[in-house]
Amino acid sequence: MPPILEVRDLRVEFPTRRGTLTALDGVSFDIAPGEVLGVVGESGAGKSMTGAAIIGLLEPPGRIAGGQILLSGKRIDNLPYEQMRRIRGREIGAIFQDPLTTLNPLYTVGRQLIETMQTHLPLSDKEARQRAIGWLEMVGIPAAAQRVDSYPHEFSGGMRQRVVISLALCAEPKLIVADEPTTALDVSIQAQIIALLKTLAREKRTAMMLVTHDMGVIAETADRVAVMYAGRIAEIGPVRSVVKSAKHPYSAGLMASIPPLDRKVDHLAGIEGSMPRLSAIPQGCAFNPRCAHVFARCRIERPELLETGSTRAACWLYDPASEKQAPEVMRHV
Amino acid sequence: MFAFILSRILQAIPVMLVVALISFAMFAYVGDPVSIMLGQDFTEAQRTQLIKDLGLDQSFLMQFSTFIGNAAQGEFGLSYRLSRPVAQLIGERAPATLELAICAASIALVVGVAMGVYTGLYRNSWLSRAFLTFSLVGVSLPPFLIGILLILIFSVWLGWLPSFGRGEVVQFGWWSTGFLTWSGLKALILPAITLGLFQLTLIMRLVRSEMLEVLRTDYIKFARARGLGNRAINFGHALKNTLVPVITIAGLQLGGIIAFAIVTETVFQWPGMGLLFIQSVGAADIPVMAAYLMLIALVFVGINLVVDLLYFLVDPRLRVGRGAAGGH
Repeated sequence: MPPILEVRDLRVEFPTRRGTLTALDGVSFDIAPGEVLGVVGESGAGKSMTGAAIIGLLEPPGRIAGGQILLSGKRIDNLPYEQMRRIRGREIGAIFQDPLTTLNPLYTVGRQLIETMQTHLPLSDKEARQRAIGWLEMVGIPAAAQRVDSYPHEFSGGMRQRVVISLALCAEPKLIVADEPTTALDVSIQAQIIALLKTLAREKRTAMMLVTHDMGVIAETADRVAVMYAGRIAEIGPVRSVVKSAKHPYSAGLMASIPPLDRKVDHLAGIEGSMPRLSAIPQGCAFNPRCAHVFARCRIERPELLETGSTRAACWLYDPASEKQAPEVMRHV
Repeated sequence: MFAFILSRILQAIPVMLVVALISFAMFAYVGDPVSIMLGQDFTEAQRTQLIKDLGLDQSFLMQFSTFIGNAAQGEFGLSYRLSRPVAQLIGERAPATLELAICAASIALVVGVAMGVYTGLYRNSWLSRAFLTFSLVGVSLPPFLIGILLILIFSVWLGWLPSFGRGEVVQFGWWSTGFLTWSGLKALILPAITLGLFQLTLIMRLVRSEMLEVLRTDYIKFARARGLGNRAINFGHALKNTLVPVITIAGLQLGGIIAFAIVTETVFQWPGMGLLFIQSVGAADIPVMAAYLMLIALVFVGINLVVDLLYFLVDPRLRVGRGAAGGH
């Protein structure tokens, strides 16, 4: 099946007074219909930026400086504002992080649903209202027929995120970009929201890009995972392979830093150091100053995504040519 | 809602009493009305008679309660200067001030909000920069200077508009209006601009900064992500969210416009309450000053009540007791 979303070599730049910062560089991935792609990484790795670029809402002065974004085979990264506006909500739905701030406090949830649907679909007021109630029911809001006239502040955080999900889905988009949809919620609610997203996406055959830094959510929901580091994809592959046997030293470190529940540990494994600032990305592999397996080539040449068998990782360890150069590092792997 | 209005009216009573006390203290301690009213030649008998007529021989408390009682009935005694009932004098002058204030406030609100929205949306356009520069003029130049400059340009040099007075007025019972005659309308333009300019620039700057604030919020980003049109976002979602602070400031400014029309009315010799007040100050005509003070206090109290009610209309979060918040 052809992918819903194809991102090809995406590059996002921020022109600043001190020169141009490259926030995303060479990001490529696909999402198939009904597939959930998890995107993980530390803060500032470019996860949310990728989502914003796809829905065409990069914060100025940020701009797409290279590459392509294709939705159902059509380029959308270079569309004029008005055409892109019609795609937003209609073909790409978005879910934001904090349900307490994503709903307009002065409009009822029904009105926000109705205006969204009427923007994209030819519906009469009555039909739109009926559908709004239907959507609220579908996302699990009790007594939807009454709650449709409630204001956002009359709902709890979890209920509001359900409303946000209904708003993202109400014009039946083919792709959902969910940016940390559960981060702001209580842990007990997170599971419900994830289950809801998963069910709805499966029912409607909606593809989903799920941005999060919560590996639990990813393991639970995603079919494939992309690990991002400093504006590039470090590793991408099926969720099972990445979680169980990550190949890139960064993703391996990320997975090792998840505390195990079944035994007691004295120390949580972490990754030494922190992600470089955009203005000071090291030469070669961006991860090289923090990498335990670093060797000469890592500091000079930047690795592309290489086949590792189960996943694809941007790491020279998986280039057959590197092995001879640096046999001593292989002990650590 | 009714209970809220009632409680606000009850809260207004002490405010009005304090203002009444201050007004009354002016009666009692500022200047000597007796000598003003008697003029140069008088007998001792005339003097005692006048003191008795004015009730000045009674105790302070007694006088104050009489004053309150009369004030509550809209009775503020006789003007020392004009020897006519104060209520009647103010009643004659009120329409002029109110019409001027309404025009000034409308200009300030309509133009101020429009310019504020524009400068908020297109903050880098040259027109926005021009508006902002212009607003500095409005904020920093005092109204009397603006009034005089306007007179110089439009009355003296260009000769388009009258420099003083109210033009012809039409009487409707006790209300005199300048809205219905050409000369009345022409006479309104310059004073209304002078009076409203400061508030206009203030509202413009307020709306602008609120718009910039609101346009950064998540719900505006989410509205864009839902594909809503620019008009729905800017004028529906964004503008409505800027309204609460704008209503607050605009309400207080409207009170200010009525209360401080004094300067503008003096510059344009506008026959309103402000001019009456200034003339009364010159003649130590305390009953008029006291009545004016209380009237302005009443206007502020009334405007605050309206502003509070408008909050309820605009912001559903303030409407308490309407539907309980749902659980998970």
